[in-house]
Amino acid sequence: MTTNSMTYVRDNFIAPEAPPLSNASVIGWMRTNLFSSWKDTLLTLLAAAAVLYLLPPAIDWLFISAVWTGVDRTACLTVDQGGQLASGWSGACWAYVGDRFEQFMFGSYPRDLLWRPLLVVGLFVALLTPLLIPRVPRKGLNALLLLVALPIVAFVLLLGGPFGLRHVETTLWGGLMVTLIISFVGIAISLPVGILLALGRRSQMPIVKMSCIAFIELVRGVPLITVLFMASVLLPLFLEPGNNIDKFLRALIGVSIFASAYMAEVIRGGLQAIPKGQYEAADALGLNYPYKMMFVILPQALKLVIPGIVNTFIGMFKDTSLVTIISMYDLLGIVKASFGDSGWITPVTPLTGLIFAGFVFWLFCFSMSRYSAFVEHRLDKSYQR
Amino acid sequence: MAKKIVTALAGVAALGIGVTTANADTLSDVKAKGFVQCGVNGSNLAGFGAQDSSGNWTGLDVDLCKAVAAAIFGDVSKVKYTPLSAKDRFPALQSGEIDLLSRNTTWSISRDSQLGFDFRAVNYYDGQGFMVRKELGVKSALELSGASVCVQSGTTTELNLADYFRANNMDFKPVVFEAQDEADAAYNAGRCDAYTTDASGLYSIRLKLGNPDDHMVLPEIISKEPLGPAVRQNDSRWLDIVSWSYYAMVAAEEFGITQANVDEMKGSDNPDIKRFLGEEADSTIGSDLGLPKDWAYQIVKSVGNYGESFERNVGQGSPLKIERGLNALWTKGGLQYAPPVR
Repeated sequence: MTTNSMTYVRDNFIAPEAPPLSNASVIGWMRTNLFSSWKDTLLTLLAAAAVLYLLPPAIDWLFISAVWTGVDRTACLTVDQGGQLASGWSGACWAYVGDRFEQFMFGSYPRDLLWRPLLVVGLFVALLTPLLIPRVPRKGLNALLLLVALPIVAFVLLLGGPFGLRHVETTLWGGLMVTLIISFVGIAISLPVGILLALGRRSQMPIVKMSCIAFIELVRGVPLITVLFMASVLLPLFLEPGNNIDKFLRALIGVSIFASAYMAEVIRGGLQAIPKGQYEAADALGLNYPYKMMFVILPQALKLVIPGIVNTFIGMFKDTSLVTIISMYDLLGIVKASFGDSGWITPVTPLTGLIFAGFVFWLFCFSMSRYSAFVEHRLDKSYQR
Repeated sequence: MAKKIVTALAGVAALGIGVTTANADTLSDVKAKGFVQCGVNGSNLAGFGAQDSSGNWTGLDVDLCKAVAAAIFGDVSKVKYTPLSAKDRFPALQSGEIDLLSRNTTWSISRDSQLGFDFRAVNYYDGQGFMVRKELGVKSALELSGASVCVQSGTTTELNLADYFRANNMDFKPVVFEAQDEADAAYNAGRCDAYTTDASGLYSIRLKLGNPDDHMVLPEIISKEPLGPAVRQNDSRWLDIVSWSYYAMVAAEEFGITQANVDEMKGSDNPDIKRFLGEEADSTIGSDLGLPKDWAYQIVKSVGNYGESFERNVGQGSPLKIERGLNALWTKGGLQYAPPVR
């Protein structure tokens, strides 16, 4: 067998040519993505014009013209208003956010005890990070520490009382701390309770089923703001004076109940999407109800509804701002309350404060959303093509 | 059925209120727990109640809470503040969550009778006023005929505005906004000629405008808004203490006693001043109130007299720069008047 006998067959490949410049370069990318037709070109130009029109003034207002240092309102006032800056100046007053930063984070929490919330945050991050990274082992223990041990430790640390820790009433709590505590408790409670409610609603037992339906429909039918307001205003009137349930606890309960009802409906959507065959297969294997749910149904159902669950979390995170109505000051509430401080009244402080609050909210919500996308991607292998 | 439930609930509510208000003795409660729980404004009115950057409460209304604590305990730090919104301030007082409501609350007959509160002292005489651009050349609200006026909707302010213009046979164009921030912005952008709200609010809004010196607050005040502390009804000893804590501040101003010279004044020969500061041996003014002998001294020492508190929080010593006006002493053409201390 000689290799030369079939000379018309190639025995080596031609080295591949580089793609034509018009496809591979930036120009090629732009041609396919931005200017592929006259409609695309028009939209691209309009979008570019809008960005060029809006972005420079925004950057200028937020960073270049902004005031970064100062101790009171005169730092952010123009000459006309009694300050130092040039007439007609407008820019963000970050000095005010800097001055108020501790308050925005911790409310009126005693300044000499700030190590307590900081320690809680440290523990929280230390426990949450390994839980979020799939490679790290011992998820069960980790989750137990985060969801059971941490809340107890945090409760003792933040509120004080035992071990000679000074008592700090919840009326002094505020800012981002309150936002995070309410959302964390809401999230930690709503997921298990929501699962139970969803299962209860699909149960064969009439009393369980009816009570779950009643609970969900009742809670979903009333605005959160009404429940918070009732809990804050009406409840104390019924109770003996001095027996008041802590306002913060009332807010926690209200938010948790709410989130649970919404979560139940999201999860029920997932349960309904599981084909009947899966239930029957689990039955055929002789699994009892808890096993069937734990090992067959819920893993599939929860995976399906991750976007819905995270959506509820994000919605709840932002809903915490409603506690302002019962005079609990979350991040947004405390930022708005600070507008009343005559030491910092200027034309630009309200806008600066709101931008800051918006940015912090966005930071948290965006992180949640990115992480959920990551989890979805990881769990969704079977559906990918 | 629904009606029955509502009736039952109302009954329970009434019972609850009845239980909480009957034979209360707030002073004993306060002494037992060791602090005064004071309901204050948590947000929107600069100079009356706000937290500074380090979390300390300041303001004219806050000073009254401090005065009460100084009178009882001789220590202004024995106050715990409950920031309250306009909506939940009354239930908070009714339910006993707070001992004293000092949150720029207008004393009106319905609040005094129907809500079951008692008012006596007025620590700030407020009223609805107008702010205009100086370039309009208007010097009086009576020259505002035909003007467009920015106002917040759903408030008594809006009704007062209509009444005032109708009573004076003037036309006006209301520019109504749901939120106060929107109204502020609209006035700042020149969408209306005048802005109306309570005068105390006008001064703080003025500070948010591009150029405060282009605007002026007109002299006319078209409504009565006496702001003062409120306590639960049928507790006259507590009402006495709250009212006299405030009167002591006014009396101190009348006597010319200030935070700085109060120690010096203790040696004064004036019998009124000696009695006031608890320097007369046989005087029982303090103990009759259920307070220590030097209660008034403690108030002036730690909070100052009324004028000092006013100037520090809302007057010339603050960014608000509100004139004394109606809140000057009665001897200087104002309404601030303290009954005699004897």
